[in-house]
Amino acid sequence: MTGFTRHRRSGAAVTTFTAFEADLLRSLAGQLIELLRNESATIETDADADSLEDLLDFSGPTLEPEDPVLARLFPTAYPEDEEAAAEFRRYTESDLRNGKAAGAALVIDTLEEAGLPPEPTDGLFIDVELDPATAVAWMRSFTDMRLAIATRLGIEEGDEEFWYSLPDDDPRAQVHDIYDWVGYLQETLVQAVAG
Amino acid sequence: MSAPSPVELDEPVTDDLAQLATPWVTIVWNDPVNLMSYVTFVFTSYFGYSRKKAEKLMLEVHHDGRSVVSTGSREEMERDVQAMHEYGLWATMQKADTP
Repeated sequence: MTGFTRHRRSGAAVTTFTAFEADLLRSLAGQLIELLRNESATIETDADADSLEDLLDFSGPTLEPEDPVLARLFPTAYPEDEEAAAEFRRYTESDLRNGKAAGAALVIDTLEEAGLPPEPTDGLFIDVELDPATAVAWMRSFTDMRLAIATRLGIEEGDEEFWYSLPDDDPRAQVHDIYDWVGYLQETLVQAVAG
Repeated sequence: MSAPSPVELDEPVTDDLAQLATPWVTIVWNDPVNLMSYVTFVFTSYFGYSRKKAEKLMLEVHHDGRSVVSTGSREEMERDVQAMHEYGLWATMQKADTP
């Protein structure tokens, strides 16, 4: 397991993944895209939402997503003003969804351009080199992946002991290991970019 | 985008009006996921804050559970909140507490 370092001359953030690691990252990014694209945005509908006006309403969602992961990725901007919160969501959530999906797609593209095949074999190593803009997109996507995993697992402040006390064969322990690993990548990537 | 209407007002008056019309703040809340280094990075790169100021705000979020990270008009704060959500930070906005 290697983290990111800063390439002295180019200033790029560089690392080498094993095929397994790169494939895991691609799978996490793919799941994020699927979640963002498939879980349809919560559009407010009335019982009689079949008027011409309703059917032609292609604007964004106004209600907080039901999926807790999406609710965390798209928080309510105005906690004390339902109407303003709905307006804000209508105008921002679609862009936010598209931006996050594009970021995850960039992670996949970078890995595949670096030589990650559809069916990776053992013994293969993937060298990635991220220019500053791509590095920020990766950081954001790492954040989204970690928020998604943390929400699904129910991670809370200062509960590390609990996760480390789980037996190795507990699936939650395995997912928590992945969460920690993405956190390590994130930490080293921030250091590589910010110095 | 609209151009300002050519109403003639003395500079100080517009400034006062702007002050009165812009009491909004962006608040970033603590969460168990985001790394301290990343939160600091977001505050320096998005807001252009010094490392020192960004770290101070990050520590406020960490220890106090929340921190006011920017102040301005409602429109400006909506932009900041949206940007924070792009970075995965938990941000909300509200009217600034009246002094």
